[in-house]
Amino acid sequence: MILIGERINAGFKDIANAIRIKDPTAVEKWAVAQAEAGATYLDVNIGAASRDPADMGWLVEVVQKAVPTKISVDSTKIEAIEAGLDAIDGRGVLINSTTADPGKLERIVPLAVKYDATLLGLAMDDRGSPQNVERRVENGAMVFMAAMEAGLPPERIILDPILMPIKFMQEQAPFVLEAIEQYTNLSDPPPHISVGLSNIGSKTTERGRIVRTFLVMAMAKGLDAAICNVCDEETIAAVATAELVLNKEIYSDSYVRAFRMRQGS
Amino acid sequence: MSVEIPDVKKSWPHAINAVTIGATSADGGTRTSTVTVGGETTLPFYHFEGEMPNRPIVAMEVWDVPAEDWADAVREPFADVLADPAAWAKACVEQHGAEAICLRLKGCDPNGANRSSEEAAEAAKAVAGAIGVPLIVWGCGNDDKDNEVFPVVAEALSGENCLLGTITEDSYKTLTAVATAYGHKLIAESPVDINMAKQINILALDVDFPAEDIVIFPSTGALGYGLEYVYSIMERLRIAGLKGDKVVAMPMLCDVGAEAWSVKEAKAPEEEVPGWGDVAVRGPLWEASTATVYLLAGADLLIMRHPEAVRLTKETIGRLMGGGAG
Repeated sequence: MILIGERINAGFKDIANAIRIKDPTAVEKWAVAQAEAGATYLDVNIGAASRDPADMGWLVEVVQKAVPTKISVDSTKIEAIEAGLDAIDGRGVLINSTTADPGKLERIVPLAVKYDATLLGLAMDDRGSPQNVERRVENGAMVFMAAMEAGLPPERIILDPILMPIKFMQEQAPFVLEAIEQYTNLSDPPPHISVGLSNIGSKTTERGRIVRTFLVMAMAKGLDAAICNVCDEETIAAVATAELVLNKEIYSDSYVRAFRMRQGS
Repeated sequence: MSVEIPDVKKSWPHAINAVTIGATSADGGTRTSTVTVGGETTLPFYHFEGEMPNRPIVAMEVWDVPAEDWADAVREPFADVLADPAAWAKACVEQHGAEAICLRLKGCDPNGANRSSEEAAEAAKAVAGAIGVPLIVWGCGNDDKDNEVFPVVAEALSGENCLLGTITEDSYKTLTAVATAYGHKLIAESPVDINMAKQINILALDVDFPAEDIVIFPSTGALGYGLEYVYSIMERLRIAGLKGDKVVAMPMLCDVGAEAWSVKEAKAPEEEVPGWGDVAVRGPLWEASTATVYLLAGADLLIMRHPEAVRLTKETIGRLMGGGAG
């Protein structure tokens, strides 16, 4: 399972503040905590806290000094993504993200090729977020085709069918599950499939339960990546257990411990 | 009309750990040679697909007491040396081509000779002194006694980078600490159970014993006696290791001699089983056939008894490694 740690994001006050005053402490703390929890990638996002692409470079450098974990450069702005990619020290990197918008694909796919990066593509287009299965599949396929044509193999492509808050858009969750299943038919081996997991529990009182239940249901459909709170032990345990049930991992009495060892190294 | 043969080659994302046993003077030991097992990037002998950088190793088994319960057919080649483990080990290396020696401390068994830790250490030092190849030291199988004996034996062999065994789910703390303290590697044993094979490794890793210093012993069954169960477990462990499950990506060991020579097909004399043929031929063939199957399952280290079985097995390894006989 590809686990992308969500915590180094300027949407959180401590990170926004760290970026503003260039104090690496909070960033380092979350880099270490998420790496130890088993993150495959650490997402870094300067969000609305900054308009300066150089801040993305700073954030990447701080994380790189703290841990050896791969980095997910997260921005909707191409300049910020490029600044992040330029700062990468040779370790693995994920571009988070492109959409299916042709204008965006044209500019971001070549970056993935140039920087030897994995590419995460959202199933969105210039009309916004998809509201049904068909649009999710169509947009996912658009991203997939553009990336493949540029020479990226399926293992360097991650598709995200766009998960929405269950509290406000309850009808969307089954569509996401269906889209995940259809993505697995795009190629053999299929591309990776990820969601922004925390979205589904947004503003709910049972956030953890909703997140974890969706997660294992989606894994049964083919989800093999997630941007999530990797420091939540119950989420990690749910992933480890789902991998057992799917027979992706050999059972052992300490299988959760084994999962952490595997993720963390 | 030509038929296109599809390319079935796979690329595995992870390699099996390579484990070196023995230390020469350059590394603080007194061995004249070392062996390295593991390191595969593909299934056994799939030379067309990936690397198998280290050939499987044949170690020969020596006891600290005269192995009275061994079958006559396998005692006979060692008749002169059974009472002297050092001479026995030397004969295995010099006359029969053993690439390592496995000293089994059977004499320490409380239900047998119940020899002391000091006697065991003396035997171990004598064997180490008589040979230049690396040493594997196997306990008597009684956990309490092994936990008493190993600290003394491991200290006596300090710096020699031996392979010690075995640790099990029920007994691993003493031996992992001892191996760490005196610079030895470990055999992790499980009873023909893939889940427990994984579990014992996790337990060892949890007390900070390095994954790179572990050899898996999934138990061994003789040909005709559950061999296929062990085979499928070894196959699954190896595939999981190559796929990236680092908790099981270790070299594997098979205790071939002890198992093969415990079954009647290998040791019953012809008078008892008319028509089965000369036991002096049949026994070694049973041992060598068992060994061959385990090589195909992914065994990296075989512990064997009979010189003829060792010769045949080394010949098989030579052929499977693409080097012809030998």
